[in-house]
Order: sequence, then structure tokens, then C-alpha cells
Amino acid sequence: MNSFPWLTVLGAVPLVGSVVVALLPKSRPLLAKQVAFAISIIVLGLTIAIALQFNGSTSEPFQFVEYHQWIPAFGVTYSLGVDGIGLVLIALAAVIVPITILAGWNDVEEPNVEQVGSVKGYFALILALETLMIGVFAATDVFLFYVFFEAMLIPVYFMIGRYGGAQRSYAAMKFLLYSLVGGLFMLAAMIGLFVVSGQLTGRGTFNWFELVGLNIDPTTQKLLFLGFFFAFAIKAPLWPFHTWLPDAAGASKPGTAVLLIGVLDKVGTFGMIRYCLPIFPAASDFYAPIIIAMAVIGIFYGAFVALGQNDLKRLFAYSSMSHFGFIALGIFVFTTIGQSGSVVYMVAHGLSTAALFLTAGFLMQRSRGSSLLSDYSGVNKPAPVLAGFFLFAALSSLALPGLVSFVGEFMVLLGTFQRYIWVGAIATLGIVITAAYVLRVYQKSMTGPVGSGLETIKDLRGREITALVPIVALSIFLGLYPAPLLNVVNPAVDTVMSVIGATNPAPTVGSSSITSEGTQQ
Amino acid sequence: MNAVVEAVRAADQTPWVMPTLDYKLLAPILIILGAGVVSVLFEAFLPRAARRPAQLVLVFAALVAALVSIISLQGIRSLSGQGALVVDGPGLIMQGTIVIIAILGAMLMAERGLDPSGDAFAARASSLPGSEDERQFTARGYFQTEIWAFFLFAVGGMLMFPVANDLLMMFVALEVMSLPLYLLTGMARRRRLLSQEAALKYFVLGAFSSAFFLYGAALLYGFTGSISFPAIAASLSATTGQTGLLLIAVGLLGAGLLFKIGAVPFHQWTPDVYQGAPTPLTGFMAAAVKIAAFGALLRLFSVALGGMRWDWTPMLWVIAILTMLVGSIIALTQSDIKRMIAYSSIAQAGFILVGVVAASAAGLAGAIFYLIAYAFTTIGVFAIIMMVRDESGEATHLSKWAGLGRRSPFVGTIFAIFMLSLAGIPLTSGFIGKFSVFTAAIASGDTWLVIVAVVASLIAAFFYLRVIVLMFFTEPTEETAEVAVPSVFTTVALAAGATVTVLLGIYPQPLLDLIINAGVFVR
Repeated sequence: MNSFPWLTVLGAVPLVGSVVVALLPKSRPLLAKQVAFAISIIVLGLTIAIALQFNGSTSEPFQFVEYHQWIPAFGVTYSLGVDGIGLVLIALAAVIVPITILAGWNDVEEPNVEQVGSVKGYFALILALETLMIGVFAATDVFLFYVFFEAMLIPVYFMIGRYGGAQRSYAAMKFLLYSLVGGLFMLAAMIGLFVVSGQLTGRGTFNWFELVGLNIDPTTQKLLFLGFFFAFAIKAPLWPFHTWLPDAAGASKPGTAVLLIGVLDKVGTFGMIRYCLPIFPAASDFYAPIIIAMAVIGIFYGAFVALGQNDLKRLFAYSSMSHFGFIALGIFVFTTIGQSGSVVYMVAHGLSTAALFLTAGFLMQRSRGSSLLSDYSGVNKPAPVLAGFFLFAALSSLALPGLVSFVGEFMVLLGTFQRYIWVGAIATLGIVITAAYVLRVYQKSMTGPVGSGLETIKDLRGREITALVPIVALSIFLGLYPAPLLNVVNPAVDTVMSVIGATNPAPTVGSSSITSEGTQQ
Repeated sequence: MNAVVEAVRAADQTPWVMPTLDYKLLAPILIILGAGVVSVLFEAFLPRAARRPAQLVLVFAALVAALVSIISLQGIRSLSGQGALVVDGPGLIMQGTIVIIAILGAMLMAERGLDPSGDAFAARASSLPGSEDERQFTARGYFQTEIWAFFLFAVGGMLMFPVANDLLMMFVALEVMSLPLYLLTGMARRRRLLSQEAALKYFVLGAFSSAFFLYGAALLYGFTGSISFPAIAASLSATTGQTGLLLIAVGLLGAGLLFKIGAVPFHQWTPDVYQGAPTPLTGFMAAAVKIAAFGALLRLFSVALGGMRWDWTPMLWVIAILTMLVGSIIALTQSDIKRMIAYSSIAQAGFILVGVVAASAAGLAGAIFYLIAYAFTTIGVFAIIMMVRDESGEATHLSKWAGLGRRSPFVGTIFAIFMLSLAGIPLTSGFIGKFSVFTAAIASGDTWLVIVAVVASLIAAFFYLRVIVLMFFTEPTEETAEVAVPSVFTTVALAAGATVTVLLGIYPQPLLDLIINAGVFVR
């Protein structure tokens, strides 16, 4: 038992930093950036300190546990703790935030200082968001989770609405309303869960540990599950709840898009594995075929739309939607390897999304902010380094072996094949389309004759390369040696599997009962 | 003939018993009403220049004294005033909140730093709008200090309303509360025709609703033979069948109270009155009348009519749903901030009704928490509406709020917090309020009502957030209003509203404890 409140401190540092940055004088934008970057590095350091102390081999899955009463009248506690899954996602957030700050160093001064909010405001919002991201992954109380989950919307809303592009106001509103729809249904389900827990134990509770052990009757489970799942499916987003994502991504700064898609949307898939599965095992089992169908449709739908997109940011948003299909698929096939794969995929997708959006953002900055694919060609001649990083990002997105995204995708598919061989076979085809659209983007924008106006664009600067190198290094390192990741994730997934009472099928047997589900696709 | 004479003689010979009144229990109400009388005397005898300071000292001293006496009654549960009134936990909490809101409301009404020609009230209410008289009075810098007498009587009525324990006392409280408010509504300094029209509408419709209430009271008295709530409850539990007349009585009483709450379909006056009334008064009224009227509704329905909750919950079910949906949907179409907040207050009343429908201790506690949270947020909202001005006075058209958050980030941020609270976003008091009433409703089995409430919250969130979009994501234009710098009065009221909104969102437990420990109504 660790008495030092590591997680609270970890969450408090960026919050304090956010206030400090917000209080800096408006005339010192550089100072605001430096302070924000320094804070995010401190958070990264603290995260590393926590990760090093994390013991992957104990029987106790949740570590760094904190527990305080908060609103006893509603059985609400301030309780934090991380298992392997939470830790990995906090680490992802801690890595992505400094990269985003560094990459977005000059984002908010262009094109017109008059038109956008203050520089310090943007960085203060990023830090505030980091606090909430840490909180949402560390909460072990459903109420606390919900508070972070909803509060997270506010900084993102302002980041899109104040600092985004032409459609920012519309996109911000759409993002917020979609999220609120999900959030409010989750609120209703959460209250229902509280009342049910009161009926079963005599005292209503929101504590995750107490809720997991409850034997809620299956009919109630199915209703409550829907409330939670709906919120997560919008957040993740799964087909058909995805339409806010392309608008939000298209209208935001590259940095905002990275945080939104790379980290924030993971809360959706994280929520499924942390809340939907263990608290509502029977309902999860009941809905799994439908969700798997949604996931597979999403894989193809996102990929096909991406194939036809001309706007880079929207294209990446659709490709993410396709990837989220894989993540959800891995979670709901109920195999250890599939679920571990999903968690690895979440990390991999965070990294590859960051690489894609940031390199695309660097490219757009150099060319009057246009995000249209048709405006670019032959960039690899004037800017070979940029083209190189873009190629890397593209390959990472299509899961090239040797990169961490390959590990995740391979594990998810393997897990799927173990359970539903046909679903696995169909999902695998999605990879082909992914390769098609990713390579199409690279080919159109980077190769061929140099487009007009692009002859003089500058290659990446030192700061930009510095922001991208850690992503590349991590992708390759974890791709070749995923053991550190899997060592902490696997025990957590085993716990989830045992809570929901799922067992891994024998490797060679394909389950015949669900094959009809697969053939529907 | 002889028999009558005999009876009169007998009555004469019965010794008249002096009613015993425990003045300590009545102190909060007596202090305020007494101060109201003194306030009238001030108007009559003090020289013009001395009136404002004297009235302000009187008002704040009386309110603080009332608050102290309410706090000193803490823990007492008893009948008072020969059973016409009660002292109990929920009643004291509501009275305490009303007094605190009255203090903040009085601060808004005392503000003279915003309008270049004075406060928010007409120089002379008797002068015709647009007349030479009016110009003269305004030019000479006349002020009406009579508003403070009205204000005190209204507060006195509000303090009686949630603790009235018989139908007659409840009616008297209703009128004592309402009549001064009708008058005050018509006294706006700017846009006086609008203000007077609102006052007339409010008065006529209010008179209707009072008549409904009185008619319902008469029917209920006819049915049960008593006007006292406990006696009515006892009589109802002893009777079975023949409920037709009774249901009509309950419906009429409900209509009278729901009018004050602004529940659909008795809400028509709300937007006009909110828009027409002087803004500080609107803020005070929106917050305090809601508490008082909900207090009365809760007491009447749970104490007197508690035994027949299966008859009235369906009625309130339908009204709650209508109120939430109509309020939220019509608010979407508003282009004037005061009208928008008026429809928002209707929607909020619907959410509070969800707690009333739950008809349980948790529902009562949830509704009280919601009322308190809502009251403080509302005071803050109107404080800011008072501050946003252009050369023609308060700039209430939404187009004038475009880019306001960019021009005045601090005030914009506070207003955004209020909007988020009204929308029920976590870490604000509005969220905890919604959470408590929804929890109570689900625990009482009203799951579908909560699902409707959730949908309504979403619609409501849209128009609250639209204001944020307007303030922060839109460019300021030449039309954009300025934020005037208020005096210490408005600043304090605004700070109190904002602090409570955030504090109750983060750490609601002390207030929840207070409300839960206060228990239920005395029966």
C-alpha cells in the first residue's frame, strides 16, 4: 500500500499549471508556452515514476489506491486507482500532451491574433484537459468518472470553438451536444445503478469495487448497460454514432484533434472495458453480437469513406473511426488476447493519430492552411524530412509489422479468430482498404510532380522534428518489444475476463454459434 | 327564535380564551412584516434625502435579524400561531434561503452605479410613460424609496408561504407575497410601457390563480370540514369514495400554486413578467418566489394531501413532463436573454417537480437542494444581465451579447459557469441538484419520468450553451454591449451567486447533511 497520493498529485499538477498559465500576462505568450511545456514534462516525469513503481505481477490489479468520502449522502467517494489498462492510458496522455504543446507551439498565433482567443488560453485549456484525462482513467468511482467524463467536454468545447477553423462554432456545438446526449443517458443509467445497488446491498454506492460484485438481474442489466454503452459508443465513436467526429476534427487545430482523437476518444473504449463489461457481464454477453456487427461495419464504413475523402483532417477522422471498430471488436470478442490487443491498439492508435495529424498540420501550416488533399503533390522534393515522417505515420496507421500498431491489430484479429472465425476473416479485409487509403494519401500528396506554390515550402524545423521523434521511437520500440506494455495490460485484462466469467476458447476451434452473425456482414 | 338567542347568550358567556402565541416561533415573519410597517412610516415622515439610507439600513437589519432568528429556531419542530403555521426543518431551510436570497436581491435593487440616471426603478411610478412629468422627475433625480416597503411585505409573505399550515393562512401568505410583486413589476425605469403591461398581465392572471386557489380551498373545506392541513389529512384518511369533488378541489389548489411556480400550462405570464419587470426584481422574484411556492406546494401535497398521493402524482407527472419540455423547447427560439431565462426557469421548475412527484423524503430533500442551487445561480445570472448595457439601458437582445466573453473575459466566464450550472454540467451546483431529484425519482420508480427529464435537459443544454457560443465563439460587433462596472452591492451579490454555484458543485455534502437532518414536514 502506497500512502503517498500519487494519482491526486499527478492530476493536480496540470490543474495548478493551467491556473498559473491562465494568470500569466497576455503580453507574454512565450512564457505561457514555456510554463505549459515545463508542466507537461513534470507530469510525464511523475507518470514515469508511477509506472516504474507499478507492480505488474501482484494479484492486486488496482494500485496507487486512494479512498476518501466525498458526498456520503449519495454514496459517492473520491477513489482513485489504476490497473494496467488505466496506467497505460494515463501514460499515453502524459506522452501526447507535451508533444502536442511542442508541435502546436505557433498554432494559435496564426493566422490572425485578433480572431482567436489568447495564446495562454489555449495552453491553459490543454493542461486543464490533461488533469481531467488523468482523472477519468484513474477514477474507480462511477460518479467520479462521470464528473471527469462530462467536465472533459468543456475544455475541448472551448478548444474547438475558440481556436478552431471556419466551421468551429458549429463543430464545437455538435461535439458537445453529441457528447451530452450520451452523457445524460449515462447519468440516468448511473442513477439507476445507484438505486439498484441500494436495493441489493441496502446502501447505494458508486464505488466500482462494490458494483462489480453485484448480481444485478439480467433485465435491469440490459437497460443500464445501454445507458453506459450509448455514451461510450458516441465517445469512441462507433458506427453509427460517429458523425460528430469528422466535423470536430475538421474544424480543430491539429493539436486539438490529436488530444481529442488520440486520447480523449479512448475514454469510450476504456469505459466499455472498465465499466460495461465487469458491471454488466450478462448484458455484455447479450449485446456482444450486435456490438461486434457495429464494430465491423465501422471498420469498413470508416475505411471506405476515408478512401473517398479529399479533406485530410476529415480523412484521418474517418480512418480513426475504422480503427475504433477494431478496438471495440477486440473488447467484445471476450478473449484475453483480443482485449489485450485492444488496449495495445488504443496506445498505438494514439501514437499514430498524433503522428498523422501533427505532420499533416505542419504541412498545412506551410501551405496557407489548406487541408485539401488535392492541393498537395510532390511534397517530398521540397520537404523530404516532412514526407519521411508522413510516410512513417501512414505506415503506422496501416499497421506495418515492426510498429506497435501491428502488435495491437494482430492481437485483436487473433483474438477474434479464436472466437468467431468468420468475423475475423471479414475484419481482416479491412486492413486492405486501410492500406489503400493510407497509401493513396501518401502517393497523392508526397510523390509526383511538385504542386504549384509548393516548390518553396520549408522542411521541418528542429522543434517539429523534436515533437515527432518520440512518437516514432515509441512506435518502433513497443512494436519490436511490446513486453513492457503487455506485462501490465495482461493481468488487468485477466481480471476483467474473470469478472465477466469468460474463458478463452481452445485455439483451433471456431465457435459455430455466432458464425451467422459474421455472415450477415 | 328563542333557540338562537339562547345560543348567542351561551356563546357570550363562554369565556373568551386569549390565543397563546409563541412570539419566538413567529419572530422571523413578524420582524419582516414589522419592518415593512416601519418602512411605510419612514416614507411618510422622513425627509426625502434621508429615506434611502434609512430604508437600506432598515431592510438589511431586518433581513439579518430574521436570518438570526431563523437560525436560532434550528432543530425545533412544532406548530405555531395556534396551528396556523409550523416550524420545522424543511420550512426553516426554505425560510433561511429566502432571507439570504432577499439580502442578495436587495443588494441588486439598491444598485445605483449602473444606470446613469439612477436605479432600476421608475423615478415616479405615477407619471405617464413618455410624459413631460416623467422627464421632469427623472431630470430632478427623483427616486422611489417605497419599493422597500413593498419588498419587505413581499418577503414577509414568502416567509409565511412555505410554513403555512392551513388553507386560509396559505392564501393570505400568497396574497401578501404577490400583491407587492405585481406593483413592483410595473416600476421599471426603462421601457416603462412594457413594464406596466407585464404588471397588469401578472396581476390579472395572478388574481385568476388566487381565485382558483380560493375555490379549491372552499371545496376542500366543504369536503373535509377543516382548513387545517393535519385535520384535512385525518379526514381524508377516514373517508372513502366520492372523490370527484375532492379531485376538483386538489386540481384547483394545484393550479393556484403551480401558477406561482410557472409550471405549464400556467406559465404564460412568466416571459412577459421576466422581461418587463425591473431586472433586479426579476432576479429576486425568479429565485425567491420559486422557493416559497414550491415550499407551499410540497407542504400542501405531502401534509394535507399525502394520503391521496396516488391521485395527485399522475397529475404532477403530466405537468412535470409538459413543463420540462415546453420550457426547454420554447427557450430555444428566444432572442431576448430575459425571456430565454424565463423559459429556462419554466424548464427548471419542471425538473424540481420531478422531485415533488417522487413524493418521498429523498424527493423533498432533492427538491430543496435544487431550489437552493437554482436560487443562487439565478441571482447571479440577473446580476450579470444588469451589468450588460448599451446606451439605451440593459442590452437584453442576444445579438448584443455576441463576443462579450472576448471583451470581458472575467464576467463572460462567470456567466458561462452559471449557464453550465443551469444546464447541469458536473462540478456545478445544478448538476448535484439534477442528480438528487433524478435519484429520488428513480428510487420511487419514476424511471420514465427521469428519461424524459434527461431528454429535456439535453434540449435545455442547447440553449444554455448557445449563449456561451455567442459570448465566446462569435466576433464582437459594433452592436456588442459593454459590461458596466457595478457598485459593491451588485458585486457582492454576483460573487455570492458564483461562489455558491461552484461550491455546491464541488462540495455539496454540508448542505445535503443540513437538508437531510432537517427531516420531513411536521404533520
